[in-house]
Formats: sequence, C-alpha cells, structure tokens
Amino acid sequence: MTATTTPPATPPATPPATVPALDVDPFSHETLEDPLPMQEALREAGPVVHLPRYDLFAVARYAEVRAALVDWQRFPSSAGVGMSNFRHEEPWRPPSLLLEADPPHHDAPRAVLSAILGPRALRRLTDRWFADAEDLVAGLLDGAGATVELDGMTALAEAFPLRVFPDAVGLPPEGREHLLPYGDHAFNAFGPSNDLVAKGAPRVGELSAWVASQCAREVLTDDGFGAAIWAASDRGDITPAQAPLIVRSLLTAGVDTTVHGLGAVLHGLATHPEAWATLRARPERARVAFDEAVRWQSPVQTFFRTADVDVPIGGTVVPADRKILMFLGAANRDPRHWADPDRFDLDRDPSGHVGYGMGLHQCVGQHVARLEGAALLTALARRVERLEPAAAPVRHHNNTMRAFASLPLRLHLDGVTGPSPGRGRGGRRGR
Amino acid sequence: MESVDRLVVQEKTGAAEGVVALTLARPGGGRLPDWAPGAHVDLTLASGATRQYSLCGDRWDAHRYRVAVLRELDGRGGSAFVHDELAVGDTVGFGGPRNHFALVPSTRYLFVAGGIGITPLLPMVHQADLVGADWALLYGGRSRATMAFADELARHGDRVTVHPQDEGGLLPLASFLAGAGDDTVVYCCGPAPLLAAIEDATAHRPPHLLRTERFVAAELGAPVRDEPFVLELARTGATVTVGPELSVLEAARRAGATALSSCEQGTCGTCETPVLAGVPDHRDSILADHERAAGDCLFPCVSRSCTDRLVLDL
Ligand code: HEM
Ligand code: FES
Repeated sequence: MTATTTPPATPPATPPATVPALDVDPFSHETLEDPLPMQEALREAGPVVHLPRYDLFAVARYAEVRAALVDWQRFPSSAGVGMSNFRHEEPWRPPSLLLEADPPHHDAPRAVLSAILGPRALRRLTDRWFADAEDLVAGLLDGAGATVELDGMTALAEAFPLRVFPDAVGLPPEGREHLLPYGDHAFNAFGPSNDLVAKGAPRVGELSAWVASQCAREVLTDDGFGAAIWAASDRGDITPAQAPLIVRSLLTAGVDTTVHGLGAVLHGLATHPEAWATLRARPERARVAFDEAVRWQSPVQTFFRTADVDVPIGGTVVPADRKILMFLGAANRDPRHWADPDRFDLDRDPSGHVGYGMGLHQCVGQHVARLEGAALLTALARRVERLEPAAAPVRHHNNTMRAFASLPLRLHLDGVTGPSPGRGRGGRRGR
Repeated sequence: MESVDRLVVQEKTGAAEGVVALTLARPGGGRLPDWAPGAHVDLTLASGATRQYSLCGDRWDAHRYRVAVLRELDGRGGSAFVHDELAVGDTVGFGGPRNHFALVPSTRYLFVAGGIGITPLLPMVHQADLVGADWALLYGGRSRATMAFADELARHGDRVTVHPQDEGGLLPLASFLAGAGDDTVVYCCGPAPLLAAIEDATAHRPPHLLRTERFVAAELGAPVRDEPFVLELARTGATVTVGPELSVLEAARRAGATALSSCEQGTCGTCETPVLAGVPDHRDSILADHERAAGDCLFPCVSRSCTDRLVLDL
C-alpha cells in the first residue's frame, strides 16, 4: 500500500511565465495552525499561482475556485482529489465511487446517494435528531448550576454526530471509536506524504479493515442509509459490488466533516456574542448560522483536481495532467466576493459559499450536515443564555480539514438552574 | 444575473423527414446544468405549454443542449410551432434537466428504439461504448428517411441494427432479446405499442432488468405564465411582484426573507421551500413527478408560479 506522493519522475514543464510563484507550504504545521495569512497571499498573488514547493498550480479566489469546481469535463476527479495523481501513482485505498470518480461512473452512485440523503428523505429523521440534541444538551446541563464549562469538541461537536450519524447509517454499536481516526487519516492522505500521514500510517490497515467490514449488508441494520444503499443494488440502480464502497463514502466523509463543522459554528457563536443573541432571538436561523460557519471556517479547506487537457483559467493555462489545488477556505473569504469576509455574521447570507464544493461533486451529505447543525444549535439556544470561550481553543492539524482539538466553552444557562420545564418543542425545526 | 429559465436556439437543422434537431444554449453563453443520458428538459414554447424533450447531445459540451422534435401527425400544438415558426435566435422557457430513465451500471445492454424514441438512447449507446460495455441497439421506424441520427450511429457498425418497417416489417424483438442473460439490462423508448411488446417479450425476466420510457406526445401540466405574479411571504406578510426578469428566490430576498441557497440552478436542494398557496411551476432537477404534482414545495432558485399568487413559508 503506497500512501502518498512522490515528485513526478520526469521534470515537469516550466509553468508559463505569466503565473506568479509563491513559496508557501499549505501543509506545514505553521500554515495549518493559521492558514489565513497564506490564503490572503495566494489570493493577492494572482488568479492562478504556482507553488514551487510541490510544483502545483493553485487557485484561491472565489471566481476561479468555483469555475474549477464545476468544470468536471476539464478538471476531472478520477485522477484523485488529493495531491497524488492516480494516473501515475497507486491510491492508498480503492478509489471512492463518488469523490474520486467522473461521469459516467459517478452517475449511478451519485443518483442513489442524492435520493437517500436528500431533504425529503431526511424528514423522517428530523424530529428524532432534534429530540436527541435536546437530550444530549440536557445531559450536560441539567442540575449543573448557572454556568457549565465543557470542551465543546468532545462534549458537543463530536458527541452529537457520533450519537446520531452511525445509527442513521445503521452501524452496530461496537467499534465506532474507529470512525474519527479513519476519517482523520483519509483527510490527511489528500495532502503530501508529511508527518501527519506518517502518524496515521501504522493504523491504516486496522482502520481500513474495520471500515470495510462495516459496509457489508449483514452488518448493517435494515432501516438505515446503509440498508437503503443495498436496496438500491437490489433494484439494479447500482451493482452489488458498488454498494459497500458507497457505504464507505458515508463513513469516510460523514463524520469528521460535521464534527469540525459543529466545532466551527460553536467557536463562531462563542466568540461573537451578538451572533448568539441573534440566534436566541431567531432560532429558525440555526441552519443559516451553520452554513455561515462552514463558509467562515471551511472545515474542508482544500481539494485537488487534475487538468485533463491544457485548461485556460485566470489568464493562464494549466497544462494537461497537472494537479491544481483549489483553496475552498480562501475562496470563502475572498473580499472580491464577500463583504467583510473575516467576520462571522448571522446577518450575512452565506449562500453560494464553496465550503461544500460546487457542481457535480458538491457535498451529497450537505443536508445531513445542516440538519445536525440545526438540531444542536436549536437545543443549545433553548437553554443557554450566553456562550463564551473558557480558554483559547486548540487547533488540530490535518492536511485537508480546518479542525479543533479542543474548544473550551463556558455556558451561562437561562434563568434558574436546572431543566427548563414545560418548554414544548414547538416552532419550526429548520428544514 | 443571467436569466436561468430561458434558452436560446443556436441551431435548427433537419435530422430526418419530420424531425428537427435544436441546439440550445444560455443566452449569455454560460454553462448549462449537468445531465446524464436518459435526461429530459422541459421546454415552454410560445403557446405557454410545456413539453418534455430528451437530451441527445454530448454531455462533455457544457454549453449546449441538443434535442430532436418530431412533427406530430395531427400537426397541432408545440411540435408544429417548433417546425414552422421557431427560429434561430428565439428563446424558449426551460426547466430541468430531470432524469427518470437513468442508465444503470451493467456490463451488457440491449437498447430498443422506436422512431423519435431514439433520442434518449443515443447518448446511452455512446456511453455504453465509452465504458466498454457489451451492447446492441435495435432501431425501428416507419421508413429509413424518417429515422433520425442513423448516420451518427453508423460508426458503431454491426452493434446497431436499423430496421425500417416499410422494408422489414415489425421489429424482431424475440430474436434480438434471445441472448439476454441476467447480466443484461434492456432499455426501450418508443410509442406505447412497442413498450407493450417489449414488456411481453421480457415478462419472464426480473422487472428491474427492463427500463422503459414512453415517448409522450401529450402536453403536460398547467400552462406556464410569462406575466408577473404576486409572491407572498407568509411569515412576514410581505408581498412582492415577480416579473420574468426576477427569480422567486431573488424576489423573496428583496422582500426581506432569509433564504439559503447554493447552486441556484435547481440541482442541490438547498433552497427547498414549503408552498402554502398557489400552484408552483416547477423547473428544478430534483422532484419526482408525484412530488411535483403534490405542489407543496418548490425550489425558488428556478421554479415559478402558474397562479396569480404564490404563498411561501418564508
Ligand atoms: C460540514 C460538513 C461537511 C463539509 C464541509 C463537507 C464538504 C464536502 C466537500 C467540499 C465536498 C466536495 C468534494 C469535491 O468537490 O471533490 C464533499 C463531497 C462529499 N461529501 Fe461532504 N461535507 C460535509 C458533510 C458530509 C456528510 C455529513 C456526508 C455524508 C452523509 C458527506 C458525504 C460526502 C460525499 C459522499 C461526497 C462526495 C460527493 C461526490 O463526489 O459526488 N459530507 N463534501
Ligand atoms: S439553490 Fe440549489 S436547488 Fe435551489
């Protein structure tokens, strides 16, 4: 199993002179701790930038990132959406049938998952997830006094997805602790073969084997997303050989992403008291608040594409077979597109952000993510009057994700201590 | 912003006797929504009626759609309009694309087309060829001269059998399907009698191995309007007039609503909004027919109103 990337054997053609070069390392610990200065430098250097350190092309402005994302014809995904070029290097695992596939192979798996994870299909989960969120919050706050200090990551951002999502997929209870480390490694593996990839390497075999074993029909409950994927293979909409790999997509892409999405929104709300006040006054904005956090922090920071032909973009040409790195996080803070982009602002309309990507591969789980976000924020807003950082957050470094290791929070509870009795779960639940 | 619900006719050419092919594009030349073989678009012609046409062009060309239109025998309605009046440079209303006839993965396919039913199958055979599947096409029509795209199919050699009725009689379905094993998916599009015949001929096989689409000549749904309508936002009571230049989403925002959106082309599902009163004019790629008919939600980034007043839960 080869995990990663080595420089191409033949020296690449020199990039066109019109492309500015910037000697930055998007995957260094310094950048991962705070990518914003590098993102700004990339945006200001030009519409397309060459990164000599990895001999890569990069786009960081909104217009070019969006254009590259939607152009599956010229920027396909089947050569990998990480730094490694599958046309020349062996992937570390069998490629995803969604993320790392192009039409026509991408069509059937995508159609099946879109239906299973679409807003109308999720309606049956809405009430349960809102109740689960209230239950989780009650468990943390009931009888705890007027203020509660907790780690927003472990107590909320990890706890909630781990409580609802594996059940929704239909996983058995045992072994779920493998989900986060597997996802963490998978998202590291999109980057260069640095120490972060090395750190995960010893457990890759064990974790991959566990994940693969969870995708089998007989392991999954008969009422979850997993069973629905297998049912699609019974109908012939996908093949039985595809079904387990499509289940795997949910396990790889569906946990860490929402964990750090929830971390992002909790961090935003804790550091912006006016945003918390807005959410309290208008809890129906929870869904928009979550998307604003996905824009502002961009839990998935980057993805790559590979030029299929010489592709003109941003006044230059990305030569065929070369990798291009799309900075979703930088695009989501491009002042050419957003007013006051560094501000987490609940009065902003974050529509059109590229935090879930855009186009054919746009996150098929985005409605799941928003539902988790809306459920948890609604439950918190019901009981917490004020939210503030209890200490500085600690970042978790990952080659693809903008993540937190811990998020110490202090929650000031509503009114008197104890549970708030008689508060019906009325009102709209976000969609 | 470029109007998302109209396309301009870029080319109009004869594809066979009684069939014209239209090339359609965004008025400003932008990318069109992605599609896959089996998809159709809803086109609204000058009469205000909406007709469905299968896409039969090249999905690797993101800027153009191709559809083929048969002049129907009674010579009325939309098809006569397309043949006799619609000209290069004209625009038509547009919704979709939608796909109820997707090509499922398989190593073997048999395709059966009757007449204009070749249109959804044309991109399917190209795709089956591309992925290296084993496939064959049986293509029937009244006479050779009426059969569109036979020339484009010629390059596939003996995988394609063109079978005009005036030369060879009815389609030899039984012999064509004789070799179909459990690994073979049969696709058929054409008039109702052909579909009935193929259902009979494959009745002994698992039902999911037959996928059909009826070529519908009927005009569908409520007539679409070009006149402005009134949009009412139920949560605030605000009203706003929506003219053809404005999307419902944009109008709702101008009236003060918070409405999250993403793709703004009716594909991602982010902007789904409950409809409280009025009849939506659906233009999205998402809803199935029965969900459209229910009329209880719409995607305001592309969809509009058939009625004078549309009330949304915003
Ligand atoms: C806040 C949470 C999330 C974020 C920020 C996020 C981000 C993304 C992004 C940026 C892409 C596009 C990849 C590309 O263009 O190459 C993507 C694709 C994908 N996501 Fe998510 N995601 C989230 C949650 C989820 C969830 C909850 C699931 C599963 C239920 C999921 C499953 C997938 C899958 C399967 C794809 C591949 C889709 C395709 O290639 O067609 N994601 N996601
Ligand atoms: S914004 Fe994507 S469907 Fe309306």
